[in-house]
Amino acid sequence: MSIRLEHVSYIYDADTEMAHAALEDVDLEIADGSFIGLIGHTGSGKSTLIQHLNGLLTPTAGRVLVDGEDIAGKKYDRRALRAHVGLVFQYPEHQLFEETCLADVCFGPKNLRLSQTEAEERARRALQQVGLDEQYYKASPFELSGGQKRRVAIAGVLAMDPRVLILDEPTAGLDPSGRAEILTLIAGLHREMGITVILVSHSMEDVADYCGRLIVMNHGRVAWDGTPAEVFRHYQALEEIGLAAPEVTYIMRELAAAGIPVDSEATKLDEAVNSILKLWRKGC
Amino acid sequence: MLKDITLGQYYQTDSVLHRLDPRVKLAGTFLYILSLFIVADARGYVVAFVFLALCVGLSQVPLRFIFRGMRSIYFLLALTITFNLFLTPGEEIWRFHFLAITREGARTASLMGIRLIFLITGSSLMTFTTTPNQLTDGLERLLRPLRLFHVPVHEIAMMMSIALRFIPILMEETDKIMKAQIARGADFESGSIMQRARALVPLLVPLFISAFRRANDLALAMEARCYHGGEGRTKMKPLKYAGRDLGAYGILAGYLLCCIVLGRWIG
Repeated sequence: MSIRLEHVSYIYDADTEMAHAALEDVDLEIADGSFIGLIGHTGSGKSTLIQHLNGLLTPTAGRVLVDGEDIAGKKYDRRALRAHVGLVFQYPEHQLFEETCLADVCFGPKNLRLSQTEAEERARRALQQVGLDEQYYKASPFELSGGQKRRVAIAGVLAMDPRVLILDEPTAGLDPSGRAEILTLIAGLHREMGITVILVSHSMEDVADYCGRLIVMNHGRVAWDGTPAEVFRHYQALEEIGLAAPEVTYIMRELAAAGIPVDSEATKLDEAVNSILKLWRKGC
Repeated sequence: MLKDITLGQYYQTDSVLHRLDPRVKLAGTFLYILSLFIVADARGYVVAFVFLALCVGLSQVPLRFIFRGMRSIYFLLALTITFNLFLTPGEEIWRFHFLAITREGARTASLMGIRLIFLITGSSLMTFTTTPNQLTDGLERLLRPLRLFHVPVHEIAMMMSIALRFIPILMEETDKIMKAQIARGADFESGSIMQRARALVPLLVPLFISAFRRANDLALAMEARCYHGGEGRTKMKPLKYAGRDLGAYGILAGYLLCCIVLGRWIG
């Protein structure tokens, strides 16, 4: 399913003295099956933007179209939309509430009015997808480790069978191995099930490694929109708005500036390694 | 969703009233409320009105903020006025079937209405000009004599300021959890009362867990800084009376005297 944003603006506390715009005239097209990275520093409007995609917020001006239909429409079934566009908030483990992991993951499917057996079937499948060991299905979610809790919470959204999955900082507060596990899991979902993924992140390395397209937000507007290589070409301007490019980009730029003919547009570690190795082999 | 609820509605500006010692303002609010119950006729209310108007003027809080605070008591106000208007026995001046308005009823209703409005304006003026922290500080200091009766005054004040501090945080948390559950298809807005009550479980359980987690963290952080209760604890900003505070006490005393004279001897 394709999502289109047309001139979307959103103003918090409209009609009061505290009114401030969180989004200003945002135009975006999110194609089916894409893997998009959404970056921007705190307060740039990322979180506000993603809450528009499943109808949690309604634009102050402009329209959000899903498959050509305005989701703010009176007759539009926003509950059905929320099943198709899954949103995983930051620290999703804080929303767990049931006695067992399985029951918690069942919450979403049950809200879709599925029967107990169907809901449980979906929950088991989702828990399998996130790689939670079966011995924990009947355990209380509060007995699990931080990384495991987060998997259960992500499974809670996956069990709704979304076509689009939006994740707000899914790796925040996890250790490096936990981060890698979650990102590999998301990449797997995208690859194997063709789910459209929108990844909100602070880590330039993460988005460069996984995303085919980057959207950079600044002061409620889309500052850049393109492939990682295209976006990180503006690394100096990115620094001015409180962001940066991946570490390897800086190394490759420095090397190129020193007269070594490496690929200065590399944004992934293995791209950079290959480029340097190729040069080195040639030199030998 | 929940941002419409405001508590501890402090209005940031720099006026004489803002600079006053919180103890003066607490005492002043108390005395003002007392004065409203002493005066009993129109003259008394004129004095009370003039005093209140002067305070509002001095506070530099815009009038529309003060009227906004009134919104919460519309219902109470309507109820008070209606009951007094129709249920006071006396000389009848208007009748419609079983509804009758008496001269005494009209008088009590208007005075009660005015009293209620003055009361709310007066006490909200205190919260407009005093931060919650100053308020609890002032309260702690004023209630200190109760320690003689083994009342844990400092601990109560500490609990109050912590509770006030956490209201906006928990409010934000509620909003976040609510949205997260709505994203999973939860429905907080439709269904029967039982269904709605049940729908709150996915909101309340995470909220309580988060409150306990925060309380735990806070207790640890306080302990790590050697907090051990009020015993021997000093203040970073001890409350000290300045010249204007004494002046304010003087004005308050004069006002109260005026009210007593009007209410008891002249009336």
